[in-house]
Amino acid sequence: MSISKFAPLLFALGCFAQQNAGRVLTAEDVAKIDITVAPNGSGLPAGSGSVSEGMEIYAKKCQSCHGIEGRGQPQDRLTGGIGTLASSKPVKTPVSYWPAATTLFDYIRRAMPINAPESLTNHEVYAVTAYILSIDSVVGKDAVLDAKTLPRVKMPNRDGFVSYWPVPPRKP
Amino acid sequence: MRRINDEIAAGNGLLHRRTLLRGGMFATAIGVARADDTIGDNAPAWMKTPGRGFSGYGFPARSQEKVQRTFNAAPGRPGTGSSRTPIHLLEGTITPNGLHFERHHNGIPDIDVSRHELLIHGMVRRPLAFSVDALMRYPMETHIRFIECPGNSGGYAQAQPAQTTAAGINGLLSCSEWTGVRLSVLLGEAGLLNGARWVIAEGADAAAMSRSVPVEKCLDDAVIALYQNGEAVRPEQGYPMRLLLPGFEGNQNVKWLRRLKVTDAPVDARDETSHYTELMPGGKARQFMFAQAVKSAIIKPSFGMTMRGPGIYEISGLAWSGAGRVKQVEISADGGKSWAVAALGEPVLSKALTRFRLPWQWNGAPAVLASRATDESGDVQPTRAAWVAQYAAGQFYHFNGIQSWGVEADGTVKNVYI
Repeated sequence: MSISKFAPLLFALGCFAQQNAGRVLTAEDVAKIDITVAPNGSGLPAGSGSVSEGMEIYAKKCQSCHGIEGRGQPQDRLTGGIGTLASSKPVKTPVSYWPAATTLFDYIRRAMPINAPESLTNHEVYAVTAYILSIDSVVGKDAVLDAKTLPRVKMPNRDGFVSYWPVPPRKP
Repeated sequence: MRRINDEIAAGNGLLHRRTLLRGGMFATAIGVARADDTIGDNAPAWMKTPGRGFSGYGFPARSQEKVQRTFNAAPGRPGTGSSRTPIHLLEGTITPNGLHFERHHNGIPDIDVSRHELLIHGMVRRPLAFSVDALMRYPMETHIRFIECPGNSGGYAQAQPAQTTAAGINGLLSCSEWTGVRLSVLLGEAGLLNGARWVIAEGADAAAMSRSVPVEKCLDDAVIALYQNGEAVRPEQGYPMRLLLPGFEGNQNVKWLRRLKVTDAPVDARDETSHYTELMPGGKARQFMFAQAVKSAIIKPSFGMTMRGPGIYEISGLAWSGAGRVKQVEISADGGKSWAVAALGEPVLSKALTRFRLPWQWNGAPAVLASRATDESGDVQPTRAAWVAQYAAGQFYHFNGIQSWGVEADGTVKNVYI
């Protein structure tokens, strides 16, 4: 049997290998939908927010689920627990456990408040992030967070995670 | 004919996996038919009237009404949380689509498929968007794969055994035949730039659920799944498309997939820091334990079932591993003192559920059943105590310790720890 008999098949497979059915995106297309914020601050938008602004927004839009000063109930606790992770009763909260302050901004902006996600302005997200971090003095009461200052916030547990990808470390 | 005693494979009545279980002899009724008899005299009602007509989409038998997912919706947040596959009411290895477990972070989005696209951007030569129609032009592949929530079996980390069904413990686990487009093909068309190490996947739900995935996995066996058991992926499972990362923790198999951003580093998304990480004694936490470890659970018998007196029973259950194929499942009927090798249902597939079975001659005395799986990488399930000892108090993600059931003399089955 000669190879020529398979030529049409090979041609078809060749077309499959480079189908190119995707639509090529412009930078503007991507900017409209890319909401990812990384720990190094890439992806943070323009805007800024203060602790005092955040306190007002928190009282209106967050407190009914997360309690006064983020103490929780009926939903997740947001504050406290710093210094408990090595104890017999570890308390994991965003401030005690999460390694990056950018995660708080990223998560609030994409998912909160739960009854109206993606409704807060970038200013408001910076402000609420600042307020939550100020409750345990991770940032000062006069802090203003923006694309420059947020990635520099030193979270209490920033060195607390050990990556098991691609393999567990030799000495966990 | 061999006697039962020749078939003993381990302590307390476990029989060899090749023991043939025979049904009893059936008595044959002999009657005398008369001329004016109709055979209907001896027929059930449903044989004497025409049956129901056709339906556009079928549904289970009426008697199966109780085969349902179980869930507890949080007040005010009906779409947040999880529902469990009733694994104790199913057989085989494939989960019916309507019974696949669910984990949602803010409900099931009602997506207009004509407006949904998958974007691939970031560290690529050409950022691309794919509609469902565009994806349909690519060659497809089909694989049977399990998906398991990394919180599955977390109840086993509790100090006291939870008295709940096999589904209550292990029901965040399902297995389907998934069909879709190999992700490496799409990434190849976009063209990865030097230094591309991670892909940030994001869903089009009201939580825009997001996870970091190593680029190695995306170039290996990852699939953009469009079909589940032959039909379009269900809304609960990510319609019109989900990321399928065979063997990786369920949460990374992002549903309603709308965006893949290629980066040089993970983003520490909420669901890979707050969740699915385990604190160790001393205060450090394990992160990025992606492949679900080897695991097994006996489902027959299990909590809620009753053994009807001494005799020969089939023990069966499910085993799986995110590392590949299940190599062996052993069963103990004496609380882990001795073990017998179970039969595995063929074909044993990589990163899919495997059904195991073993005959057991129960003598009617209290017994403790346990299963222990080994995968093709050589990993074996640890004891529950060894698993718990790795972590700080209260940790429960990625539990894969040995599970056990206690059979009481009255035939009831309880959850017990060994």
